[in-house]
Amino acid sequence: MQPFQETPFSRRKRRNERLAQVVLGGMALAMVIPLLLIVGYLMFKGAPLISLSFLLSNPTHGMREGGLWSALLGTIYLVVMALLVAAPIGVLCAVYLNEYARDNWLTRLIHLAVINLAGVPSIVHALFGLGAFVLFAGLGRSILAASLTLAIMTLPVIIASTKEALASVPMSFREACWNVGASRWQTIWKVVLPNSISGILTGVILQVSRTAGETAPIMFTGAVFFKKIEAGNPFAYALTDQCMALSMHLYTVTTQVTNAPEALPYAIALVLVGAVLAVNATAIWLRSRLRSRKKW
Amino acid sequence: MVTSPPKIEVRDLRLAYGHKEVLHGVSFAVPSHEIFGIIGPAQSAKTSLLRCLNRTIEFTPHIHVSGSIRVDGQDVRRVPDVYELRRKIGMVAPLPVGLPLSIYDNVAFAPRCAGLTNRQELEARVEKCLRQAALWDEVKDRLDTLGTKLSGGQQQRLTIARALSHEPEILCLDEFSIAIDPVTTMRIEDVLKELRREITIILVTNLTQQARRLADRTMFLWNGEVVELDRTEVMFSDSPKDRRTYDYVQGNFG
Repeated sequence: MQPFQETPFSRRKRRNERLAQVVLGGMALAMVIPLLLIVGYLMFKGAPLISLSFLLSNPTHGMREGGLWSALLGTIYLVVMALLVAAPIGVLCAVYLNEYARDNWLTRLIHLAVINLAGVPSIVHALFGLGAFVLFAGLGRSILAASLTLAIMTLPVIIASTKEALASVPMSFREACWNVGASRWQTIWKVVLPNSISGILTGVILQVSRTAGETAPIMFTGAVFFKKIEAGNPFAYALTDQCMALSMHLYTVTTQVTNAPEALPYAIALVLVGAVLAVNATAIWLRSRLRSRKKW
Repeated sequence: MVTSPPKIEVRDLRLAYGHKEVLHGVSFAVPSHEIFGIIGPAQSAKTSLLRCLNRTIEFTPHIHVSGSIRVDGQDVRRVPDVYELRRKIGMVAPLPVGLPLSIYDNVAFAPRCAGLTNRQELEARVEKCLRQAALWDEVKDRLDTLGTKLSGGQQQRLTIARALSHEPEILCLDEFSIAIDPVTTMRIEDVLKELRREITIILVTNLTQQARRLADRTMFLWNGEVVELDRTEVMFSDSPKDRRTYDYVQGNFG
């Protein structure tokens, strides 16, 4: 018998290998199709309307004409405020849970709370925000109340992603620090955080950017159908104001406004998706920059 | 004549993880400037024993410790500052851990954590420790490169330099030669022979011959119990007290 001869088994093995590659790779490719279709269709339908003046001017004629500045600015306010509130609380909470908490009933309770909070539907968060921030705390329907509601909603995912980033720092680093007489905090500050900050930041940004598309939680707590503000002025909202938001605006234009131009909803959706993708791209760029400085 | 207390005195130490007891009443004492060898197969709780000494065992959940450990006559559970205890005991882990910091910062880490900020003092400390660990000549021109970029053997010497950086009085080496080549091992062993003039050394090793080369006395730990503890010559002679010691050091089992 010659060396390296094909046997029925080896032929089958090679065929299965090729089959597995094609099927698995196909599935991975299929993942991209919805995104391309959505963005492509939105571009096709909505792009003709997009212009700088569309972004920077306010809706007019009962939302049928003009731009979406007041909605775009409202979304930016809500997301940035939610980020400012949720990021520090979420990150500090995750640091405690991952670095300090011992395995006892209190810790388990907190874990349980975090997991369950992540599963609460957004409309329930909306009702909570209405009760807690709008009514009880007396913030009224405002950007403040709405962004606090968004922050509560996004906290559990921020905690989860931060814990994951912290857990990626090898345990042996911590033990080495403890062995030479470093306290837990010195270990966290000098070794754990510098080596997980890229993961923490990207996780936080990605999670918060998702809230840009939320409608239910802001509907009861601060977003309105229409609000007149100065076009093009980035400081046109006060935190106690009610505001418009892209997600809400899209809902309004598609369901409440008759005779709106056909391209308008697509253009609004395109701006919303574009904004989220832009933020995500920034996060990914940030991660690759910070990771190039990664130290092991 | 007043005899000073032993450097380390362990009495009836029991350690359990949850309900599983791994150390079943271990007692021994180590006088100053001794090299004390601990040999024994895997799972005999050698590493757990070391972690009890500097109380890093407390970072493991669900442990129960009883018995007493005294360092310089002081019960480690009653020391006012646990960080000072840990600085008194240098620890070298089996696998080299270069912290993701520069070589300089790796060694300066412990002094800084202890509050040393003076630059000259830090630099002097770093140089002294890297020299002691036989690493200075190889890295003196690139102290700002990352410790993690060094080779395995260099990282292990960096680990030793870091363990010396807080000027310990006791140095515990936990199978330090697992990840490094024989030549480097011999260099470090020479370093240890130098160091013993200043400090007390506990040498945990899987290589029975290493204990034979270095240790004054050797303890055979097996399944969390002390089988035998005697002068190294006796342990490695043809007639240790316990048959299991003979079998183990002769390579008949384990």
